[in-house]
Amino acid sequence: MLCFANVSTFYGKIQALHDVSLDVRQGEIVTLIGANGAGKSTLLMTLCGTPRAASGSIRFEGEELVGQPTCDIMRKAIAVVPEGRRIFARLTVEENLAMGAFFGSKTEHEEQLDKVLQLFPRLQERYRQRGGTMSGGEQQMLAIGRALMSKPRLLLLDEPSLGLAPIIIQQIFEIIEQLRTDSVTVFLVEQNANRALKLADRGYVLENGHIVMQGSGEELLHDSKVRDAYLGA
Amino acid sequence: MSARLRLAFFSALLVPLVAFPILGLKLVTVGINLEIQGAAPLTWWIIAACTLGMFVWQLLRRRLAAGWASSPNLPRIPAGTGNFLTRPKTQRWGILALALVALVWPFFASRGAVDLATLIMIYVMLGLGLNIVVGLAGLLDLGYVGFYAVGAYTYAMLGEYYGLGFWTCLPIAGAMAALFGFLLGFPVLRLRGDYLAIVTLGFGEIIRILLRNLTEFTGGPNGISGIEKPTLFGLTFDRRAPEGMQTFHEFFGLAYNASNKVIFLYLIALGLVLLTLFTINRLLRMPIGRAWEALREDEIACRALGLNPTLIKLSAFTLGATFAGFAGCLFAARQGLVSPNSFEFIESAIILAIVVLGGMGSQLGVILAAIVMILLPELTREFSEYRMLIFGSLMVLMMIWRPQGLLPMQRPHLELKR
Repeated sequence: MLCFANVSTFYGKIQALHDVSLDVRQGEIVTLIGANGAGKSTLLMTLCGTPRAASGSIRFEGEELVGQPTCDIMRKAIAVVPEGRRIFARLTVEENLAMGAFFGSKTEHEEQLDKVLQLFPRLQERYRQRGGTMSGGEQQMLAIGRALMSKPRLLLLDEPSLGLAPIIIQQIFEIIEQLRTDSVTVFLVEQNANRALKLADRGYVLENGHIVMQGSGEELLHDSKVRDAYLGA
Repeated sequence: MSARLRLAFFSALLVPLVAFPILGLKLVTVGINLEIQGAAPLTWWIIAACTLGMFVWQLLRRRLAAGWASSPNLPRIPAGTGNFLTRPKTQRWGILALALVALVWPFFASRGAVDLATLIMIYVMLGLGLNIVVGLAGLLDLGYVGFYAVGAYTYAMLGEYYGLGFWTCLPIAGAMAALFGFLLGFPVLRLRGDYLAIVTLGFGEIIRILLRNLTEFTGGPNGISGIEKPTLFGLTFDRRAPEGMQTFHEFFGLAYNASNKVIFLYLIALGLVLLTLFTINRLLRMPIGRAWEALREDEIACRALGLNPTLIKLSAFTLGATFAGFAGCLFAARQGLVSPNSFEFIESAIILAIVVLGGMGSQLGVILAAIVMILLPELTREFSEYRMLIFGSLMVLMMIWRPQGLLPMQRPHLELKR
């Protein structure tokens, strides 16, 4: 479904990604783990088109994405939950969700709204409240809900557990698990390696811009190197 | 105590420091020379008293404030008032009531008052237009007066060289301002925040200086005069009609009244303001309005949702400029004369002050602020040289009491019942 082939990305002269290749298949949950500054977010942003990949190709459902402007890429069946939530603080929950479905038709919008509110009953409770007045966990739910409003086939999550209480992280991961049943493919970028690997079908480990390891979630979870480096056990 | 003493001392020191050069020294013409003379002893005593007063006030401020709060029979504004006043429904009725009053009022008011009200209407329109750019899209535009100038000069020049009338020129002025907004927007909108503000400021000045130096077309510093007043379906409001035209009072068999002309212009202004209000209200309910607000909140999130920030910013910029163009056309018609002096930076600052004073994004707030901002300098005209001082201190007081503006924008929300 999504396929990176030898992608390199630069920030000015500094190379952030070195010949990264990975693929995400239909219906999978794939996770990308790595330390701070390994290039995880850069990889996601390269997919979105800012910064552009200097070489290599990124294909989504067979279509080349490299070279397309960000807004065109994001209007395909890809949705991204950016790092740090980035909800519209002074807009209401309703408006935030509506922004997610900006390019859809009205009927699709209502249909998807029902689905999202079912998935996050909490958002229903806070429907007319301003986004910025909610707790961190609720904001994260809103960010995911907003991304789902465009009816994506591929959902990109950038550190959904950032700065949240363990119990909320638990809830968020349960919801990600649920998405699989709705045939949404999930690509999860996480620092919380333990949880992410438990959830994921497959995982990749990124280190200094190189993919250094890949395998099923189970395999990586029990790999001694991964355990030493990321799980601290 | 010592910190307060120090604060009181320096505050008190500032009073003579500021007052001495301004009030204490006087320039007097002696023969053909200027001479600096000290002021009368009374002035010195007043300054000394103010200094002492400032010292005591700063020293005992805390205690005085406590005393003020505990003093009983002060009429208080009920707590819910602010909330009630900013509620969208209240504001809608407020605007309706204002519009009704504005419609009837000119027939009973004096000619000067109606003329002033026309000016206020022009500023309301400018405020509403800038509100799109600054309040909704969050782009700080300090060169807004440039588009106002484009609108005014479009009418003035088309009237001067091609003899076109007000009604033909009004849409053209809007379109020209929109075109300028669009063209200037392209290079500018890659910038953000302070940088955007500086560059727009520059563009505003460029337009003004261009108008001053293109002497062959714009008349340079003298501007263009003798701009025609608008007509009512070909009926002029002059005493005698030019050839091939008819006057308003002859057509309806009324006695000639010079204030008809002023009232007519005022009604046009009112109509345009209502049109502006209606358009902006519609736009706010459309996806584009929400996109503007979303862009103000978070540009990266907007990009993540597949919106094109450049396009959205450009639309806000262009639309804001259009309303400035209409306002400019009206201004040219009211004034009968346009010159670059009318479009200096201070105008941009006043319009921006209207938007900020009214409460960003709020429409009723902008209208009230425009009334206050234009009326105040006129009302305090008797205090002549001190009126800017009064104006400034009112702005300071305003920012202390209502820092979010007169009537800040409020979104519909439910109250939690306990």
